[in-house]
Amino acid sequence: MDKASIRAKGFSHFFGGVQALKNLNLEVFTNEILGIIGPAGSGKSTFLRALNRLNDLIPGSRSEGRLEIDGEDVNAPGTSVVELRRRLGMVFATPVPLPRSIFENVAFGARLAGERSRAGLAELVADCLKKTALWEEVRDRLDSSALKLSGGQQQRLCLARILALKPEFILLDEPTSGLDPISTMKIEEKLREFRAEYTVILVTNNTKQAARVADRTAFFLNGELIEVDSTAQVFSAPSDPRTNDYISGKFG
Amino acid sequence: MKIRVDPRVEQQLVKAVLWLFTGLTVFILFFIIIYILRKGLPVISLGFITRNPAEMGKAGGIFSTIVGTVALTLLAVLIASPLGVGSAIYLTEYTRETWVTRVIRFGSECLAGIPSIIFGLFGFILFVAKLGLGWSLLSGGLTLAFMILPTIIRTSEEAIRSVPQTYREVSFSLGGTKWQTVTRVVLPSALPGIATGVILGIGRSIGETAAVIFTAGSSLHLPTSLFSSSRTMSVHFYILAREGISMANAYGTAAILMIVILAINLAAYGLMNRFVRKYR
Repeated sequence: MDKASIRAKGFSHFFGGVQALKNLNLEVFTNEILGIIGPAGSGKSTFLRALNRLNDLIPGSRSEGRLEIDGEDVNAPGTSVVELRRRLGMVFATPVPLPRSIFENVAFGARLAGERSRAGLAELVADCLKKTALWEEVRDRLDSSALKLSGGQQQRLCLARILALKPEFILLDEPTSGLDPISTMKIEEKLREFRAEYTVILVTNNTKQAARVADRTAFFLNGELIEVDSTAQVFSAPSDPRTNDYISGKFG
Repeated sequence: MKIRVDPRVEQQLVKAVLWLFTGLTVFILFFIIIYILRKGLPVISLGFITRNPAEMGKAGGIFSTIVGTVALTLLAVLIASPLGVGSAIYLTEYTRETWVTRVIRFGSECLAGIPSIIFGLFGFILFVAKLGLGWSLLSGGLTLAFMILPTIIRTSEEAIRSVPQTYREVSFSLGGTKWQTVTRVVLPSALPGIATGVILGIGRSIGETAAVIFTAGSSLHLPTSLFSSSRTMSVHFYILAREGISMANAYGTAAILMIVILAINLAAYGLMNRFVRKYR
């Protein structure tokens, strides 16, 4: 694998007096899928939300150390948070379609950025829906409410919605935790295809999902990075006994 | 010694008592409505609605008071809605919970509890006398606006607060600014709740008498500008009944007032339903 595009150097994050991430040193390589596993409260989501600075929304949130994207600190004073978030598309654990039509959901990011041309938006929406294999299912009802889609369709809609941002990174926060196996499979299939175009960070509660999809896997525990290595290595011969315990289901 | 009551008997008893309470409430409501309509409807004719009052209200219709009521209410809502919704947005989205927001909230709740006649006096001193607006639609509209402001702030705040936090996160994560998030995601979702507050405000100002009589006056002429004094239906009713001018016309006015309030509420809920059903 080549050059790292995201790099955490001694990065810590606090919510009030609670330290959610402890002195994290981690690199994410361009065009890889990095899986992050670990029990609840291990800081996986905090790491994702530190990258696109969604943590800023929480009162009393602060960080130390450096968190770089392409060599630039995301927390540097001059950083435009809006620009930053457009580069990092994020999918949440529960699908959150906005109470709008399917079309408007996918077009939402582009509209926020000021795109007005109906034809341009139509092309973008169709393109993104095709990339997430939703096009055939919804092409006849783009104007109906996104809330009427099934859970799996909603989550693919959320994926299409961030693809419409034309991001460089895709951050997934337990994207299949509420989905059935078939929907999960469809999304995992898409993630493997995305690797060619995007850098993907996949936080998951399901260790097997990381084993199936990720190129490399990182194990977080209590806000610390225990180890990160190629997925094959982590799942066959982890260097830390705690990783082994977690993967084999002894805790978590 | 403890008396044991059969749970089934207890259940039946509680059910009967609660039914009685509910029935009594509904009965009183319907009694008032039917009583007013029975007394008022015989007076109502096309002429009663379309003609201006004559002989202090003893003869003629109530057209100018209908116009006055609608104009005053509209004015109050047009002034109070942006102020109220704006304050609610500020309190929920642009500040964090500190002692300042608590003071603002406490203040606006106290404002909600002030009797309307005090608002009338305040409006009279400030708008009518001090600012020299005289007895006018503008003075009355401003006074009513301040009176319904707390209701609109409170209900809007609740409505905005109940918009799921995940909607905001989605908007921010898609590169939305705070203002875009508020206008494109939060407000549309909160609109039904905000509308409830505005409708409550309309209801309160349309029936208001004390605050209006001090500030908009009681002229029977058709108002021609914001600076005309005007009489609302409730003030008209009050004066007709109080001074014994014509009880029949008073009941006619009351009946029309109730019909107008009903129509406004139905229209507002209808509009809201159409908006909400679109995407839910």
